[in-house]
Amino acid sequence: MAPLSQQSGIRPDVPAADRSERLRSWNPADFPVPIGREEEWRFTPMSQLRDLLTEDASAVVGSGSVSVEVKAPSDVKVERVAHQGAQHDSRLGTVGVPAERVAALAFSATATATVLTVPQDTQLTEPIVVRAHGNGSAGADFGHVLLQVEALASAVVVLDHVGSATYADNLEIRVGDQGHLTVVSLLDWDVDAVHLSAHHIEVGRDARVVHVVVSLGGEVIRTTPEVTFAGPGGDIELLGLFFTDPNQHHEHRIFVDHSEPNCRSNVNYKGALIGEGAHSVWIGDVLIRAGAVGTETYEINRNLLLSDGPRADSVPNLEIETGDVASAGHASVTGRLDGDQLFYLMARGIPELEARRLVVTGFFAELRDRIGVAFVTERLTAALETELQRATSS
Amino acid sequence: MSVLTIKDLHVSVQTDDGARPILRGVDLTIASGQTHALMGPNGSGKSTLAYAIAGHPRYEVTSGSIVLDGDDILDMSIDERARAGLFLAMQYPVEVPGVSVTNFLRTAATAVRGEAPKVRLWVKEVRETMDRLSMDPAFAERNVNEGFSGGEKKRSELLQLELLRPKIAVLDEIDSGLDVDALKVVSEGINRVRESGDTGVMLITHYTRILRYVKPDQVHVFSGGRIVERGGAELAETLESQGYERYAGLDLASAGSN
Ligand SMILES: Nc1ncnc2c1ncn2[C@@H]1O[C@H](COP(=O)(O)OP(=O)(O)OP(=O)(O)O)[C@@H](O)[C@H]1O
Ligand SMILES: [Mg+2]
Repeated sequence: MAPLSQQSGIRPDVPAADRSERLRSWNPADFPVPIGREEEWRFTPMSQLRDLLTEDASAVVGSGSVSVEVKAPSDVKVERVAHQGAQHDSRLGTVGVPAERVAALAFSATATATVLTVPQDTQLTEPIVVRAHGNGSAGADFGHVLLQVEALASAVVVLDHVGSATYADNLEIRVGDQGHLTVVSLLDWDVDAVHLSAHHIEVGRDARVVHVVVSLGGEVIRTTPEVTFAGPGGDIELLGLFFTDPNQHHEHRIFVDHSEPNCRSNVNYKGALIGEGAHSVWIGDVLIRAGAVGTETYEINRNLLLSDGPRADSVPNLEIETGDVASAGHASVTGRLDGDQLFYLMARGIPELEARRLVVTGFFAELRDRIGVAFVTERLTAALETELQRATSS
Repeated sequence: MSVLTIKDLHVSVQTDDGARPILRGVDLTIASGQTHALMGPNGSGKSTLAYAIAGHPRYEVTSGSIVLDGDDILDMSIDERARAGLFLAMQYPVEVPGVSVTNFLRTAATAVRGEAPKVRLWVKEVRETMDRLSMDPAFAERNVNEGFSGGEKKRSELLQLELLRPKIAVLDEIDSGLDVDALKVVSEGINRVRESGDTGVMLITHYTRILRYVKPDQVHVFSGGRIVERGGAELAETLESQGYERYAGLDLASAGSN
């Protein structure tokens, strides 16, 4: 790719710690209605958030337009628990507490939460699929999923999002000691969907988590994965792929809070953008606290601009509070399709559109192959094919 | 039989400071079955000629013509030229991340041949060709040129040449960076393509060592963006012993006339 902007290395001066010191609450009334100037919201198109910014949060009830269906192997415990205000199930809200108003609103306004438990020592051979289906974007709806992978268990979970909706939800993930989890959020919404999703992930001692966000559809999609470690030796990979079309907003705000020794985090997000009004945002905040000795961390965001018009904001922040880090780095590259790569392929007789398809598919291939969930890989390959068909025929 | 005719070709390269003229009137005719060696000092414009023939967008033809069997190739896009039967083995082959050699070769062969090759025959053809070029079959699964050594890149260019069987092949320093064994393997590959009689070869090189394996019908000396002398195979030996110094005056003259 031909870079237009590039940065890499360590910048210890940026206050990622601000994120860890933010106000946290389950009560939306504790947060003023954001106007878009707040650090948290400065890239988000506030005017498109519809009822998610309602003034009187106490009156908000979910529209019921989003139905959630769970398909899980029999060894998984699936519970639907009542969840409203003070009467919520005591397990909810134990992984992460909302740090902004919309997530707090989702927490307080969700009527029924889904709790999925993969019992200790259980190795699932089939993925769990949680399918959120939106039946219309009028009125806001809310959701909450708690996913518990107990010690020594291993699981693959796909959160599939389709249809049309105005939606905000919290996803809490707790992976126990030596647990293994691959979790994929596939955001394949219709073009008019708005979805703000707060992910709270706790990685247990020596646990290993692969967290993937695939943003394809929607009008405004914003996912905010926050990672904490419950013990030493944890390992998380945060992978992201997005294909941002004209007038689409895809935002990913990542916060990895290293507080335990000898943990590893690796963030790798890749996006392709095309057309007027296509906007992607990637914020990668990594904080390495004083006690997190022996931390290994690397984060990178690469964006491919397939035409004039798109805007890709990419902001890596790395703050290190200990002198004993194993390795830490970040990079951000935004550029156009590489003319020499296209020339090389075309000089072998391959027509331009097909050459572009090959180069863009190749750009995503590394990440696609790392997801390692057949169901997702197939959907992704098909979705990319459709996106590229549309992108190259316009 | 196919013929590529280059007449009075002038080419400028796009630089950050605007267009810069490089080729100043090149005349050259190559027919299938023939082998022409193109030799000349660094920066004399050999690769520029190769890129101009292939249609690289950075090189602009300001006057002159390139015709293949009566068709003006300057009217064709890069891929159309390749499908018309032109092939360029690049001095610096490009890495294409995430695209496997297998996928690339099959896509290219499908485009050039006009239909997808039959799977079983194709697999066999690729395997045998790689084998003759002493390429490890594992290469097929790697990404195009990614992490290839200099010599591996050159073999991979030759693999493409053998599979695509063009009418005219321009090989830009296919011999550079090769050890003695690799040079032999690559030369044998070029000779296989020549023996078919269907392909004309333009071999751009600095050294006579490849010309001992691949005998040229004609040698052209390139200097200052033009061909300044032509001769038989023996001219290459003279160049090797005497260098390009005696063309330096011509070089200046042509540059000064600009
Ligand atoms: N993309 C480019 N931008 C700027 N200058 C260029 C570019 N391509 C070629 N040139 C210039 O054009 C001239 C001819 O270059 P070219 O690569 O054709 O030479 P060459 O004969 O192939 O040299 P070598 O033997 O070193 O490969 C050189 O002065 C080179 O710097
Ligand atoms: Mg050259």
